[in-house]
Amino acid sequence: MRWMAKEPVISKMKKKRIIQLISQGKRIDGRGKLDYREVKVEKGIIKTAEGSAMVCLGQTEVVVGVKVGLNTPYPDTPNEGILTVNAELVPLASPTFEPGPPDERAIELARVVDRGIRSSRAIPLDKLCIIPGRRVYIIFVDIYVLNHDGNLVDASALAALAALSDTKLFGYQITEDERVVLDRSVMSPLQLQNYPVAVTVANIEGELVVDPCLDEELAMDAKLTITVDKDGLICAMQKSGPGSFTPEQVMEAIDIAREKAAELRAKVVG
Amino acid sequence: MQHERPKLIDDEGRRVDGRGPTDLRPIHIEVDVLANADGSAYVEQGGTKVLAAVYGPKEIHPRHLGLPDRAVLRCRYHMAPFSVEQRKSPAPSRREIEISKVVREALEPALFLEHYPRTAIDVFVEVLQADGGTRCASITAASLALADAGIPMRDLVAACAAGKVDGILVLDLCDSEDKYGEADVPFAMMPGLGRITLLQMDGMLTPEELKECIRLAMEGCRKIYNMQKEALRERFVRIRREVEAAEAGEGGGQA
Repeated sequence: MRWMAKEPVISKMKKKRIIQLISQGKRIDGRGKLDYREVKVEKGIIKTAEGSAMVCLGQTEVVVGVKVGLNTPYPDTPNEGILTVNAELVPLASPTFEPGPPDERAIELARVVDRGIRSSRAIPLDKLCIIPGRRVYIIFVDIYVLNHDGNLVDASALAALAALSDTKLFGYQITEDERVVLDRSVMSPLQLQNYPVAVTVANIEGELVVDPCLDEELAMDAKLTITVDKDGLICAMQKSGPGSFTPEQVMEAIDIAREKAAELRAKVVG
Repeated sequence: MQHERPKLIDDEGRRVDGRGPTDLRPIHIEVDVLANADGSAYVEQGGTKVLAAVYGPKEIHPRHLGLPDRAVLRCRYHMAPFSVEQRKSPAPSRREIEISKVVREALEPALFLEHYPRTAIDVFVEVLQADGGTRCASITAASLALADAGIPMRDLVAACAAGKVDGILVLDLCDSEDKYGEADVPFAMMPGLGRITLLQMDGMLTPEELKECIRLAMEGCRKIYNMQKEALRERFVRIRREVEAAEAGEGGGQA
């Protein structure tokens, strides 16, 4: 199964230390269990993109670029624009990222971010139709991981949201022979209708922590990403990793995610 | 080509296939259905039909993929080109690659991989006919195939989706409910141990609805768990009958 990723390794001593600390309510980098690492959001960093943002969660760095184009709509949604999300785990970001087609980690990352944006209807796809069944806007969201230090999902989802909120659509003109041509002299902001934010909660030896760093991801049982919209509704979820959760932990994680999502959203909106 | 959103729950509260909100579709499970595989199982859940096979633990190839301290669990979820209305290309899609990963991670907590260092355990799942809930049926089938292969397990993994259609929380969504409903929550657990091994969601739910969906799905998993155990028992009863018949055929000729 060529899409399987070779996971990084962690020394047994470090893993033991992480587990030992967590049983005392402490984390390897000194954070509290419900603390994010320092969150940095910078919008508009790529001038060639219609929208862009860089998000840092501690040492994790992700850039998202949004490109806009024209396309024919999908036959089952002739009146809607198209959203595509792709993630590249570029080899400069980690010794375990290799050049080549996206592996399962990259595909999962892109699909979880996509689900949050799509389910919450953050992008008004129905307003991105130019000629029904013929011509619509297509929004490419490209996630570029520059440094991998764990919790790529939260960083990518936040960067995608920031980049989309920075996105400008160019205008268009319809020619006499009914062709649509882009008019780059007219730019209008892409109005978002929702602001989904992903919060990842890791289960380490029965303790729940948010924003796991890479070492914690290698020591954890499993993690659960919960995407929360602007009204506190849940719009996407993904359990990832080889372990499991108890039902009580899942219920607790949902409440943690709602609280943390509001904090993160404030870094992008307003 | 554009589909109108159909009415999914009628005035009497019945679903498109006549079920009540918390009813499972009819389920048929069979274990040991393939001669060549070390373990295999077949699951039919309404219109969804999946076949799972396990090979291993076996020597891993290529060797450098092996791990010094445990077995590598590999999983391929794949849909037959004829399993859906519009022919699906047999090449693995992004969706199939993601599902292969989550199915593997749903099964992994049940296994003692550290008992088989330097080996591989391969799980192959083929969806023959798809009508919603294929990843859940795949997990149900694959966990039985692992048990059938004689691989020691902490528990069986049972899977079942819950969700919301036409404003009502329902169990075990079929394809049209998944497509046109408000939310879908694929779910798997080890019912004997009370541990959740797969949890995904897409759609929109309030936290209360989501928690209720999880409770519904747990109930569904427990029912499927009992059917799994029955199917596994059935397989050994069959073997015993075969052995008894063979012994009777020998006519007690031995001294």
